Amino acid sequence: MLNSPKGASAEGRQADPPVDPGKPVPPPAGTGSGLRGLLAGSRLDGRQLSLVGVLLVLAAIGAFTKPDDFLTGDNLQLILTQASVVGVVTVGVTFVIIGGGIDLSVGSMVALASVWATTVATQDLGLGGMLLCSVLVGLGAGLVNGLLIAYGPMVPFIATLAMMASARGLALQISGGETQVVTVDAVLELGVPESYVLGVPPLVLIFVAVAVLGWLVLNRTTFGRRTVATGGNPEASRLAGIAVKRQRLLLYLLSGLCCGIAAFMLVVLTGSGQSTNGNLYELDAIAAAIIGGTLLSGGRGSILGSVLGVLVFTTITNLFALNNLQTDVQQIAKGAIIVAAVLVQKGRNSQ
Amino acid sequence: MAPLLTMSGITKSFPGVRALDGVELDVEAGEVHCLLGQNGAGKSTLIKVLAGAHRPDEGEIRWQGEPVALDAPVAAMRLGIATIYQELDLVEHLSVAENVFLGHEVASRGFVRPRAARSRTAALLARLGHPEIDPNTLVGALSAAGAQVVSMARALSHDVRLIVMDEPSAALDPDEVDNLFRIVAGLTAEGVAVVYISHRLEEIRRIGDRVSVLKDGRVAARDLPAAETPTECLVSLMTGRDVEYAFPERPAEPARADPVLRAEGLAREGEFAPLDLELRPGEIVGLAGLVGSGRSEILETLYGARKPTAGRILVDGRELPAGRITAAVRAGIGLAPEERKSQALLMLESVTRNVSVSSLPRFSRGGWLDRAKERAAAHRHTSDLALSPDRPDRPVRTFSGGNQQKAVLARWLLRECRVLLLDEPTRGVDVGARSELYAVIRRLADSGVCVLLVSSEVPEVLGLADRVLVLREGRVVHTAPARELDEHRVLDLVMEGSPSC
Repeated sequence: MLNSPKGASAEGRQADPPVDPGKPVPPPAGTGSGLRGLLAGSRLDGRQLSLVGVLLVLAAIGAFTKPDDFLTGDNLQLILTQASVVGVVTVGVTFVIIGGGIDLSVGSMVALASVWATTVATQDLGLGGMLLCSVLVGLGAGLVNGLLIAYGPMVPFIATLAMMASARGLALQISGGETQVVTVDAVLELGVPESYVLGVPPLVLIFVAVAVLGWLVLNRTTFGRRTVATGGNPEASRLAGIAVKRQRLLLYLLSGLCCGIAAFMLVVLTGSGQSTNGNLYELDAIAAAIIGGTLLSGGRGSILGSVLGVLVFTTITNLFALNNLQTDVQQIAKGAIIVAAVLVQKGRNSQ
Repeated sequence: MAPLLTMSGITKSFPGVRALDGVELDVEAGEVHCLLGQNGAGKSTLIKVLAGAHRPDEGEIRWQGEPVALDAPVAAMRLGIATIYQELDLVEHLSVAENVFLGHEVASRGFVRPRAARSRTAALLARLGHPEIDPNTLVGALSAAGAQVVSMARALSHDVRLIVMDEPSAALDPDEVDNLFRIVAGLTAEGVAVVYISHRLEEIRRIGDRVSVLKDGRVAARDLPAAETPTECLVSLMTGRDVEYAFPERPAEPARADPVLRAEGLAREGEFAPLDLELRPGEIVGLAGLVGSGRSEILETLYGARKPTAGRILVDGRELPAGRITAAVRAGIGLAPEERKSQALLMLESVTRNVSVSSLPRFSRGGWLDRAKERAAAHRHTSDLALSPDRPDRPVRTFSGGNQQKAVLARWLLRECRVLLLDEPTRGVDVGARSELYAVIRRLADSGVCVLLVSSEVPEVLGLADRVLVLREGRVVHTAPARELDEHRVLDLVMEGSPSC
């Protein structure tokens, strides 16, 4: 491979035109310091703007079709709360995809963690114990994924497909197929309106915190930089001295961690743990990341885009529910949005 | 009677480079016509034109006297022209028979007829002197020589009149080469013409009828008798170039400081023989050798990207753990790999981020990046190297090849690397921009970096390096100060191993 005979001619043919040195130099984007730098780095690109546009259109449709129900504080709280759980999962999945991988096991990891955190034995440990259990189960499953993929080495699709099957099976075994009702008051109280902070449910606050932290880690840390590098060109990253295997392991650990947090949120939201929790979360999370502008092939992506993607999907679900439309129509609409988003992406890339 | 194939006035340009400039070639039925030339002389482009993979900008191709247009690979195939590329284009997961008939499957009414394909494949393999290869074997399980036979069987499965072989012996053992020659002799006896490309002059003498020499996209000589033309004559036809590069001046005194990097008995089985090497600060050491002589493998082994099967590498007298890139980088070794785009650069990212990627911990506290510091440090090095345009926040893919290479060099300067391994540093770099890169490399050496340089272009090694190691088939056959060597002699060494003159 190293001594490929492609040679200079192929290089020359594909070379991009050099930049015109005569042009004036505009101030570089996203590199300033302080607040200005923060704002510049978070500037919406065209893709994200169009998602904001979609959200506005959806809101308009909601306000028009259900003026009394859609734009109420209760309904907006509901939308945000529903977005929170899958949103936290999506942040982790976004990292994995940017790093050049895929995680199909997130839904099952959420199920397993939620079941494990709501067993009678765990509930005896109270809120702290349940949260810790949920997070540790997520991290454990992520560790298995990461070890198989980074050091196995297995293809991410296969390794996480296996985890998808096994984790849900284990969840079913632990719960015996039963819904495990939460009896710990401290946990249940997190879900009631009395616990809202300035009208914002605690679950939404967790989501915001995870998203902000995710954005910071992706854009402001060596870990984030290496994630982008590893996904963009693993061979070049390896030859640049990055420990690519360790990076991969850490990415799946991160995804597992997010699933653990999301599982606890789901326990709070539903007041129970069961093995059917998190069903199809992998599809929702991957789809949200993709329409948010994350490249499925890795090397580029955006936490903000993923958050917007989750909000779009959740809002659609809400609109359909308010208008008493069946879930089949809803599924078709989701599929159409994914196709449209990817076609837009292709169109932009070929320009 | 008209020759089987006549190519005249073939010209082909790629942006920035004229690969072929009025090339003439005629091939008679039943002859072995050898093509000689250095890397970049235009051989590959010429055979791609012949295979219908490239369309010439100008020129005429006649087949048995009739003008033809080779505008697609299938057109060449229909005439009976088959090409066996250096990198065999076989599908590893398919069987021998499936590979032989790939694209023109033995079928009736859309259903493949595996048994017929197998028996026809067996017949072809027998004709090639390899009845022992089972048509059911997966190609991935065959040796390099076996895969080559399959490639040839595929060529013969068409009604072939002309076979182009691009360095067919490069991956073969001596006795496999003998068999290859038997096959070639058998083919020519049946009236098939062979265009044979090889760097090995002794092979050309053994099986060639006529020789054409390409140099810088032009025919330097044609119609030479393969057996009688003296080696000296062939070598001087291949060398002696029109474009002279400006090389920076060497320091007057050879480097005397203690070596930073030492390799002792370093070897990788099947790739290169035990090698001793010392790199001193301020010195540029050149590795001259052909593709496949083990040059890149040596660099990658020093860098930890390959694990040596014997020997050790010491930096400042301390042994490096074998096969660990991270340890090599920590010890101060940097590599500018051969395939810049696929092996070195993050094409979606800015130059700044490409430069800083190996030094991120320097700009971070507890994992959080200080981006202003990162940017300032990266920019210091890119402007030192005169990145043009000096806008390192732009994506690296918008820069020219020479400036992309500067980004790679800046990466290692920022890492404060002390040993720089350069694999074909000027590949894909415009001729005009090369002198600038040469000056940069010399300046790095002057500042105390040890440089190990690999290049297929002998003049580049001779012009830039202080000391040259000549490699042939994984073995260092000669070591000398660059000023005591000339292109002629190095080419002699890399090709035949026995100095003439």
